[in-house]
Amino acid sequence: MLLIFLRKLILSSIAALLMYVFIANVVLPESFGLALDSYTLTIIGKYLCFAMLAVALDLVWGYCGILSLGHTAFFALGGYAMGMYLMRQIGDRGTYGDSELPDFMVFLNWDELPWFWFGFDQFWFAVLMVFLVPGILAFVFGWFAFRSRVSGVYLSIITQALTYALMLAFFRNEMGFGGNNGLTDFKDILGYSVSSPDVRVALMLLSGCGLIGCLLLCMQLMKTKFGRVLIAIRDSESRIRFLGYRVEYYKLLVFVISAMIAGFAGALYVPQVGIINPGEFSPLASIEVVVWVALGGRGSLVGAALGAIAVNAAKTFFTGFYPEAWLFFLGAIFVISTLYLPKGILGAIVDLGAKYQSTRSTSLKESCS
Amino acid sequence: MIFFRLLVPFILMFSAQAFPALDGQALAKASFKEKMIFIEMLTMDPSDKASKVLQYWLDGELAYWPKIGGMVRNVKEGRKYVLKDLMTGKELETVVSKKITRVKTNNRLRAELKQVIGFRKIASPDVEVRYAAVLELMRQPNLELLPKLLDRELVEPDLSVNTNLSILIGLTQLESSDSFVQLEGLERITNVLSPEVKDVLNRFLLRGDLDRIVVDRAAEILVDMERQLSYWGMGQNLFYGLSLGSVLLLAAIGLAITFGVMGVINMAHGEFIMLGAYTAFVVQQFIPGTSIWSLIVAIPTAFLVSGFSGIILERSVIRHLYGRPLETLLATVGVSLILQQLVRSVFGPLNQSVITPDLLSGSLNINAAFSMTYNRIFVIIFAIIVLISLWCVMQRTTFGMRIRAVTMNRGMASSMGIPTKRMDAMAFGLGSGIAGMAGVALSQLTNVGPNLGQAYIVDSFMVVVFGGVGNLLGTVVAAFSLGVANKIIEPFSGAVLAKIFILVFIVLFIQKRPRGLFALKGRSVED
Repeated sequence: MLLIFLRKLILSSIAALLMYVFIANVVLPESFGLALDSYTLTIIGKYLCFAMLAVALDLVWGYCGILSLGHTAFFALGGYAMGMYLMRQIGDRGTYGDSELPDFMVFLNWDELPWFWFGFDQFWFAVLMVFLVPGILAFVFGWFAFRSRVSGVYLSIITQALTYALMLAFFRNEMGFGGNNGLTDFKDILGYSVSSPDVRVALMLLSGCGLIGCLLLCMQLMKTKFGRVLIAIRDSESRIRFLGYRVEYYKLLVFVISAMIAGFAGALYVPQVGIINPGEFSPLASIEVVVWVALGGRGSLVGAALGAIAVNAAKTFFTGFYPEAWLFFLGAIFVISTLYLPKGILGAIVDLGAKYQSTRSTSLKESCS
Repeated sequence: MIFFRLLVPFILMFSAQAFPALDGQALAKASFKEKMIFIEMLTMDPSDKASKVLQYWLDGELAYWPKIGGMVRNVKEGRKYVLKDLMTGKELETVVSKKITRVKTNNRLRAELKQVIGFRKIASPDVEVRYAAVLELMRQPNLELLPKLLDRELVEPDLSVNTNLSILIGLTQLESSDSFVQLEGLERITNVLSPEVKDVLNRFLLRGDLDRIVVDRAAEILVDMERQLSYWGMGQNLFYGLSLGSVLLLAAIGLAITFGVMGVINMAHGEFIMLGAYTAFVVQQFIPGTSIWSLIVAIPTAFLVSGFSGIILERSVIRHLYGRPLETLLATVGVSLILQQLVRSVFGPLNQSVITPDLLSGSLNINAAFSMTYNRIFVIIFAIIVLISLWCVMQRTTFGMRIRAVTMNRGMASSMGIPTKRMDAMAFGLGSGIAGMAGVALSQLTNVGPNLGQAYIVDSFMVVVFGGVGNLLGTVVAAFSLGVANKIIEPFSGAVLAKIFILVFIVLFIQKRPRGLFALKGRSVED
């Protein structure tokens, strides 16, 4: 009961925030002074993208028991797909003024675009790739991993190896993704300047709607038979297998869906922060996502979103005021959330509520007798 | 200076043949042709003085000073010359150029002087000087020296100088136009592996006036040389691979205990390595790093520091999370972040360099294509010692037996009176302590920084998983095979791609054999 209430509360507060931004920044004239500035909008937009990534991870970890330590790989791939579109939109406004090649390729003395850059001048193609590239990687990886029944810690470690290998690969200049500088200096998106306030508002609203959409989608998914089987797999994989379900296909499907959501989040993230580089692939970043989910409360979806927003807000605060203390704080969150909040903040609130209710009912009984 | 004036005629008088005394004035004023004769003369004179005269002459620092009527060394300083005593190097006076007559040279004389000086050095009583001189002469073998070199070869007592002298003779003989001498020269350099000799051979083959037999033999030797060089090159890669393998082994073997034997995922393992490396750094602040004692003290200290940190971690955090590997993973990541920041706050974010003891710096050069640095040899030997002692502890002591008992059947071990909780802590401390020693070994190879552990944690997990969890032998095989494979791929693909290949290979391998190379056989469906 309490959990459903909390879900509604969090969903509606995100919706309220979006409504506020929509009314204050778009409908009302600027003279009202209610409008949020670009900086705040970007930060909120960033948190919303991270929340979406956390929801994607919660889908596989909280509901299917697959702890992926490589989810930022999908996030970053989605981001790179969007970044490539944005790079192509720069056209001849780069430092070297080459209408075809991005600056870093001119710098490396390349003559023509590598084959994998073709098509990224079209927005629809880039959007397709935002879903397809992480989806295909997840499919191939999951196909091999789940069929050979790699699970638990082993799966976590090889997902970490995957993202580590991708990070090393993207750091190479020869890969054609800008090396360690990554993709940056974006100018336009769909013909509008990425730095204009209107585009900022639109991107932030889109991220919010995306988050709500993902949350609703995943909640619906969990109510279907497919979702029920997933939860059963989490609780006892071999029993489900003995009952005749092809466990690997269920896992594979949910892993691919999750990767696509992560890619989508990455694609919304890149135009807002204005840069994507191989650092996004780092194994530590992936583990950080795990702790957002763990802190918020896994297996509840909204908890993941809540955890992502809370930890990132703390990060903004600490890196701004006490940069030295940030890693201490983050480390402490890791330890405390696993030791004292095994179900996360959301789970703790639900437990407290249940305890309160049971004490009230026992005290009621006592007073009756 | 009186000494000088007296000495030169004195020595020349008693040298093999009677020569006129070295007249400084005559030398300075002689034509280039006449100077040649002076060089001949000096060649016969074995004294140290003559050597100096030749050397300074070559350097353009020899001059006649009318004031004392003898030779001095002159060093240009601005527009004036500082005159120095030939033997003692003591400064005598600073004069302008017209006060002295400098002994001039041309290129022919200079080449001659070089040869003469080189040859004088070959006969020097000092082994090191002889050795350097032989190498120097190898750069430009001169056929005229051949008889002298052959004579010298007969009396040269030092083995390594003699070997090189033989090569020098071989190279010199190649300069000859007589095919028998050339063949003799070729035989002398058959088994020499050095890029320089290879170059000489390549150039030799380009000569147009060679006999058919000589060309065949030279080509044969060249092919053989190239094959041998490639073998040695492979050996070199193998050595690098072994050294990387032992680094991986040291980093992973502690993890093999905590993860493999106890089932605890310790993401802070890398930070225990880092703590060990910093311990080596701190020890050096008290004991100078050039002394081997600093390293000897650092090893057990690092074991204790990391070991105790490990025990504290186990008691405070991991103890509550047994049986929940994924949660353990997260909590230890947190601990690793805290440790990193702690070290960064205390020692600063920059890398610190740990000095390698004198005993371990330098390298063992087998030939031009194969050399082993002492610090890498040390790491390999150290890894093996750690491995053997760990095996002994686990198999031959009560402590090891108890740890194994707890791993196999906790309940049974407990009912036999083994304090299981204490054993957990001790085993964890042992694994962490070994990580600390790995850190000391690493500090000899790389700089020490707060991110040192991060660089090794993924690799260490790969090694343990690849080798098969719960199996020390598997860890050893995995560490060395991954290390060697990495270094063998590296020359073809570059360091980063080699690493990516290895990672992808392990990911694929785990799909095929989810329990690693040496899986423990069991009946359970899942853990």
